[in-house]
Amino acid sequence: MSLVKISGLRKQYGAHQVLKGIDLTVGEGEVTAVIGRSGSGKSTLLRTINGLESFGAGSLEVDGVHVAVGQTDLRQLRLKVGMVFQQFNLYPHMTAGKNVMLAPTVVKKIGKREAEEIARDMLARVGLADKFDAYPEQLSGGQQQRVAIARALAMSPKILLCDEITSALDPELVNEVLGVVRKLAEDGMTLIMVTHEMRFAREVGDQLLFMHEGRIHERGSPSHLFAAPGTPELANFIGSVG
Amino acid sequence: MAYTFDFSSLWEYRAFFLQGVLGTLVLTVIGTVLGVAVGILGAVARAWQLPVLAQLYAGYVELIRNTPFLVQLFFVFFGLPSLGFRLDAWEAAALAMILNLGAYSTEIIRAGIEAVPNGHLEAAAALAMSRFQIFRHVVLRQALLKIWPALSSQIVIVMLGSSVCSQISAEELTFGANFIQSRNFRAFEVYLLATALYFLLAVALRQSLAWFGRRVVGGGRP
Amino acid sequence: MTDFSTWDIVRNLLMAARWTVLLSVFALVCGGVVGVAVLLMRSSRRRSLRTVAICYIEVFQGTPLLMQLFLLFFGLSLTGVEVSPWTAAGAALTLFTSAYLAEIWRGCVDAIPRGQWEASSSLGLSYVEQMRYVILPQALRIAIAPTVGFSVQVVKATAVTSIIGFVELSKAGAMISNATFAPFTVYGLVGLMYFCMCYPLSLYAKKLERTMNVSR
Repeated sequence: MSLVKISGLRKQYGAHQVLKGIDLTVGEGEVTAVIGRSGSGKSTLLRTINGLESFGAGSLEVDGVHVAVGQTDLRQLRLKVGMVFQQFNLYPHMTAGKNVMLAPTVVKKIGKREAEEIARDMLARVGLADKFDAYPEQLSGGQQQRVAIARALAMSPKILLCDEITSALDPELVNEVLGVVRKLAEDGMTLIMVTHEMRFAREVGDQLLFMHEGRIHERGSPSHLFAAPGTPELANFIGSVG
Repeated sequence: MAYTFDFSSLWEYRAFFLQGVLGTLVLTVIGTVLGVAVGILGAVARAWQLPVLAQLYAGYVELIRNTPFLVQLFFVFFGLPSLGFRLDAWEAAALAMILNLGAYSTEIIRAGIEAVPNGHLEAAAALAMSRFQIFRHVVLRQALLKIWPALSSQIVIVMLGSSVCSQISAEELTFGANFIQSRNFRAFEVYLLATALYFLLAVALRQSLAWFGRRVVGGGRP
Repeated sequence: MTDFSTWDIVRNLLMAARWTVLLSVFALVCGGVVGVAVLLMRSSRRRSLRTVAICYIEVFQGTPLLMQLFLLFFGLSLTGVEVSPWTAAGAALTLFTSAYLAEIWRGCVDAIPRGQWEASSSLGLSYVEQMRYVILPQALRIAIAPTVGFSVQVVKATAVTSIIGFVELSKAGAMISNATFAPFTVYGLVGLMYFCMCYPLSLYAKKLERTMNVSR
């Protein structure tokens, strides 16, 4: 069953065409890895799926919620789609626990006690049960990113979007975050990840998208694409990234 | 009884309004030119820590910045005569504005001077330029260019502040408005027009200063 | 006419200075409340609200306070309302303060990284919810230093209200100066008192600014 249906998606910044007609379906429980050079439009594509970027033409449907061109009321969409950012974006004035609890209490109007339970659950799920009362500045980058994942999960999204979530981390912290994501995938979460972690994409991804100049240049299973890239652009990209 | 607005009566007093606008402009120009001069001197004194002058300026700056302009004006006009300085309304108003802007521009320009990268100073010194030459050719223009927006804002603030000079009967716009409304008893309309004129003056002043900053201070370079 | 001692003068000035303080606090508190409303309008997504807020700020920042005071004083009395100098002074200073505070605080809100907006909107929070729980609490911390700095301007601004007869420090100074024929002393003392009120605030604002910059 397709959770995400994108057809003919286009986006333009002034004269520059950022997305030149994207067609994409993502099935439930599927892990989709998106790779490509900077400027290829991969982050923009991700951000249109939860409405952080608007699109000019085409159609977008997420778990039955249809998004029209230029739509401004995106609350329904965002209840279905969670996002984790490269820069974590944790609220510095709140503890980890409060960070996770905020959206459930405010948006879903869940009671404080129940929200706290959910928060503790989520933090335990990412391996940070003991950090409920810690402030972001007291946590390492890897820990902060895991809290960010917990924060997104607390809203029970159908899909989790990950925008280069390990790119801002010191190398030794990358694995603790990828470990959490791997577990989420194993538990059946639908994931769309923009990533530079090629090995991770190959091991965990069900579907690989290579983006080039605003289009999905190649798509297929990761193992297949890495072993035998169909186009010179992908071959070059793999060669340069390793 | 409902008040009926009557703006037509303002037209016959247009000469007084014009005179007032002119008065405000003249005061502002005098205050600005001499005030900025005082400010440049003060900025140098503080940045280079010239003995005596730096301390005097420091005290002067803090005094002006922590007291209302109205009180400074009254002190100059009513208070100084006790020391033997007799000033008429116009002179007192101008002096108060010069002193006021001088203090603020000292700090603003000083920030500009201190922001000039050390590398520039070293390069000039390496070329055997004297301190004064370095200042005149390398530092001053860069400093002024950098802080021009802040300085322009302050000049507009001082222009708007000149409104209280009406209290010592200096013949600027507010004084003119006071005079007119005492004649035609249309206080609200008169002050409304005066306010609009001040607003236009502020806009014009800001544009002129921006132009001046680009052409004269910036040297007309694209 | 009796002879006034310096102490008499100081005492009278101090009593009037209370009104300066009262008016300043009133203006800051009420101006703050109105300022938040203006800030929300200024940052609103709806263009009509933004335009109104921008015009409001432009008018109060682009015209003399004395004119604003006169317009309020004469304008309100036209509607038949009994306007005392205190009412006009309080109202005018409130509006004046609200415009400046709105702009100062807008700068603080703009200083909050975009990522905070993106993360909270991704979680489904509305604009008001974002402001209330995520943005404003952080902006508040940054806003303390410039707000304290602006309070100095408010104290100085109260002097203008003497012109419509509100008896605060400057008005008292004018009256006493006329009675004692000692303008140098009287206005000197008036200046000194304002200085004593403003200088500590200026120093505090500078100190706050330094600690803010260090902690970033």
